[in-house]
Amino acid sequence: MNERTSQRGELVVVGNGMVGQRFVEALRSRDGGGRWRVTVLAEESRAAYDRVRLSAFFDGVSAEELSLHQPDDGVDLRLGEPVVAIDRERRRVRTGAGEYPYDALVLATGSYPFVPPIDGAYVDAGPDAIGPTPALRPGVFVYRTLDDLTAIRDFAKGRRNGAVVGGGLLGLEAANALRLLGLGTHVVEFAPRLMPVQVDEAGGAMLRRYVEELDVVPHLGVATTAIRSRPDGELAGLTLSDGSWLPTDLVVVAAGIRPRDELARDAGLTLGERGGVRVDAGCRSSDERIWAIGECAAVEGTCYGLVAPGYAMAEVVADRLVGGTAAFPGADLSTKLKLLGVDVAAFGDAHGTTPGCLDVTFTDPATRVYAKLVLSDDARTLLGGVLVGDVTAYPALRASVGGPLPGPPLALLAPAGDGTGTGSGIAALPGSAQVCSCNGVTKDQLVDAIAEGCVDVPGLKACTRAGTSCGSCVPMLKQLLAVSGVSLSKALCEHFAHSRQELFEIIRVREIRTFSRLVAEHGTGRGCDICKPAVASILASLGNGYVLDGEQASLQDTNDHFLANIQRDGTYSVVPRIPGGEITPEKLIVIGEVARDFQLYTKITGGQRIDLFGARVEQLPQIWRRLVDAGFESGHAYGKALRTIKSCVGSTWCRYGVQDSVGLAIALELRYRGLRAPHKIKSAVSGCARECAEARSKDFGIIATDNGWNLYLGGNGGFRPRHAELFGTDLSTEDLVRYVDRFLMFYIRTADRLQRTAAWIEALEGGLEHLRAVIVDDSLGLCAELDAAMARHVGAYSDEWRDTLEDPDRLSRFISFVNAPDVPDPSITFEVERGQPVPAMGERRPVTLGLPTTMGVPS
Amino acid sequence: MTLDTTINDDVRWTTVCAYPRLEPERGVAALVDGEQVAVFRTHDGQLFAIGQRDPIAGAYVMARGIVGSRGEAPTVASPLHKQVYDLRTGHCLDVPGVAVPVYRVRCRDGLVEVAPGHRPTGES
Ligand SMILES: Cc1cc2nc3c(=O)[nH]c(=O)nc-3n(C[C@H](O)[C@H](O)[C@H](O)COP(=O)(O)OP(=O)(O)OC[C@H]3O[C@@H](n4cnc5c(N)ncnc54)[C@H](O)[C@@H]3O)c2cc1C
Ligand code: SF4
Repeated sequence: MNERTSQRGELVVVGNGMVGQRFVEALRSRDGGGRWRVTVLAEESRAAYDRVRLSAFFDGVSAEELSLHQPDDGVDLRLGEPVVAIDRERRRVRTGAGEYPYDALVLATGSYPFVPPIDGAYVDAGPDAIGPTPALRPGVFVYRTLDDLTAIRDFAKGRRNGAVVGGGLLGLEAANALRLLGLGTHVVEFAPRLMPVQVDEAGGAMLRRYVEELDVVPHLGVATTAIRSRPDGELAGLTLSDGSWLPTDLVVVAAGIRPRDELARDAGLTLGERGGVRVDAGCRSSDERIWAIGECAAVEGTCYGLVAPGYAMAEVVADRLVGGTAAFPGADLSTKLKLLGVDVAAFGDAHGTTPGCLDVTFTDPATRVYAKLVLSDDARTLLGGVLVGDVTAYPALRASVGGPLPGPPLALLAPAGDGTGTGSGIAALPGSAQVCSCNGVTKDQLVDAIAEGCVDVPGLKACTRAGTSCGSCVPMLKQLLAVSGVSLSKALCEHFAHSRQELFEIIRVREIRTFSRLVAEHGTGRGCDICKPAVASILASLGNGYVLDGEQASLQDTNDHFLANIQRDGTYSVVPRIPGGEITPEKLIVIGEVARDFQLYTKITGGQRIDLFGARVEQLPQIWRRLVDAGFESGHAYGKALRTIKSCVGSTWCRYGVQDSVGLAIALELRYRGLRAPHKIKSAVSGCARECAEARSKDFGIIATDNGWNLYLGGNGGFRPRHAELFGTDLSTEDLVRYVDRFLMFYIRTADRLQRTAAWIEALEGGLEHLRAVIVDDSLGLCAELDAAMARHVGAYSDEWRDTLEDPDRLSRFISFVNAPDVPDPSITFEVERGQPVPAMGERRPVTLGLPTTMGVPS
Repeated sequence: MTLDTTINDDVRWTTVCAYPRLEPERGVAALVDGEQVAVFRTHDGQLFAIGQRDPIAGAYVMARGIVGSRGEAPTVASPLHKQVYDLRTGHCLDVPGVAVPVYRVRCRDGLVEVAPGHRPTGES
């Protein structure tokens, strides 16, 4: 290979997993002078991704969303090029493609899943020396990489039962994945309880009840002795150590992990007693040019299977490589997870192994909460604990390990409900306590960041990295902001001290029908362009009839006021509704004729309809007249309302389609048309999993399955694109409509002004799970009301264009000049571009927003 | 086309419409001696007239903005980019140095009249 003789050192990193990636970032931020030229050699074909959130893949989170990679990090990243040998003498590593010289070498090779020597697990007779991952027989999988998960998903298609070998953290994640794939799910665990490493016996018992309720069947205290095949080669099932037989079509082995130390072993580096590359507190191996970090490292003999200690090691080596003396501080092995919908947390000395320690436990079978605190013998110092079912106290407790309790034990353990119960906790914490253990951020650092102007959680995340990994400390960040006196006003504007949701309730409960009454009784002044349209939208959502009658007219934004979209030159665009994007040739011709006769610029929109631009105010009714006569109605493109429901052609035409996506899209669009909301609402329906209608970028997206519909909620395009999350699978049309009805009505009731559904769900305490509880399980007892509200909307719908045309009073608003209704606005002129009219700039100057200094007072 | 102009007090007043034609807290556009003027009636019955041209966007749209208040000031917000203007002085309250012209307006015999030739902005 090329010999480089530059001043810069050659740094080679083996592995681009979570820790390898963090190391590269840490080095980049420290090595401003460019002392190191960095090459990363990676075995996987994908750049680093968030392995901790791997299972989210089965909730529909895409590989791109899990990515941790930063494209422009100035690193030579070689994917799919594993290192096969280290030549320590010549200081080179070898891959299939060539050799790379190094001055410093960092091993970040992680772990491999351990598959016990179960008879029948491998392609051949048993595990031989093919390396850490001998070939597993078809139908047997491990759970470590995105490729593993893709393979499981593909194999599960059309199969019915799955079993997981291993009932630990990973095994339960895998079990949930199988459930989500629609398989009957069994878990085989050798220990007498689930998650034996993290929870104690009583916690395990509570966990078991949760798990069984989800139809996951645990087989505890038994080992898997053999995997058996049918004569046709398909998997038949498992033989267990108690002699029983468990039929299954697929097996996931999650029986633990082992450090990937094979390169180090072959190169003759010292290994830890139980494997792993032995390194000192500076993460340096027995060869001074070689370092090891993450799961493959045995720091002073101990390997760590969590990401936080790995991140700490990454920081240590980055520091050392620029001349620092950082040392691995030891690790916090706390874990908090949500497994199968159950929150579980364990921290510190969870098993009470400290001599003389005391346990305080709290068990509530009714709410199915179990909690245990381990205290020092004088009951003053918190040593550790276990929480199952409700983990609100976790962040405060974990941060207090080794120090005094942040409150009386029972008060800490009893479910707080609203998450504020531990509010005293954060104030009581010492400044040196780690609030975010994943990224090692202390309370002091956060307090400093707040003092320097961070006012919200995203701000704190950006400047301290706290809360960016597992997210369990986010409630603490909120508390810290609150106790630091940073409170974001929820006031809508200067006229109302209320949030939109509060105003909605006031208007609904007090049956207020006018803005005047609302502002007189509950606000100050005369309103503005923020509160008036918000109130107009609420009044419209509550079914107050034609949006331009009486006082309501004065509340509407110009778009709603003229039932069209204002454009930069003061003209409007007109969008007739084309439900589901389906249109007859006759109607298409009418649109063409209208556009031609009124000389309108014509463009196809992204929502499968047609936008006609350049209409003057006084032309709008004439245009509508022609459209309404041809059977069109308003498309509400101007409103914060349901816009369109896109569709693909689905089973009617497409050879892949499994349901009638067009039919459903039309039915839904007709059901929800005209529904006014805090922001625009978009939707789409795809006829199969190929997703041609891009449903997952919508507020509610629907994708056909063989058995019904999958419903996704909370997506959007725009400034901050976001995929919708899977809410329900294989729903009947009836259930689907019921859930969408409630979703929309609950959103309309409780969202902030101009808050899209994605941000709304994010802000809901409990997120999508909470939403599911409200609209599926009726946890708030609201469903009947929401259903009735939607029934009222559907019953009361009426086309706003037609309503306007039928009333001379309403029509009288659509004039150019009150004293010269026949004179068109002389400032509106057009030029021709690509054969169509576009605004002529003429006297109008371009908008130079944000540059006030360049704008003079017009004379 | 009907453009009524009367000369009075050395000022030529142009009648734009009957007072009830103005909806509270909503504007109308009028042509006054060839100038485009936005005329507003606030909730308490007062009349205001300002230039119809949005000085920032350059489009003639001010009459279509939302009428409200900011502190004591009666206001209108541009319907294009929502900058708020004081109806009394024409000053933009969001962007320093920007203003719309202000016209004299009155109600006489139930008719709304505007005087062409706007006052220098800033005087109330
Ligand atoms: C499903 C799942 C859930 C988890 N949940 C949690 C959790 O909730 N909390 C927590 O703290 N931890 C969790 N973990 C563990 C966490 O993901 C790991 O601790 C973390 O990924 C370790 O990072 P790493 O970089 O050391 O190893 P990895 O992320 O595994 O990266 C190692 C990389 O090195 C590559 N590699 C190996 N050998 C070579 C070679 N010779 N040449 C080139 N490349 C090579 C591998 O292919 C891999 O891409 C979970 C893990 C899994 C699988
Ligand atoms: S989503 Fe499926 S049904 Fe619809 S067009 Fe694409 S392939 Fe066909």
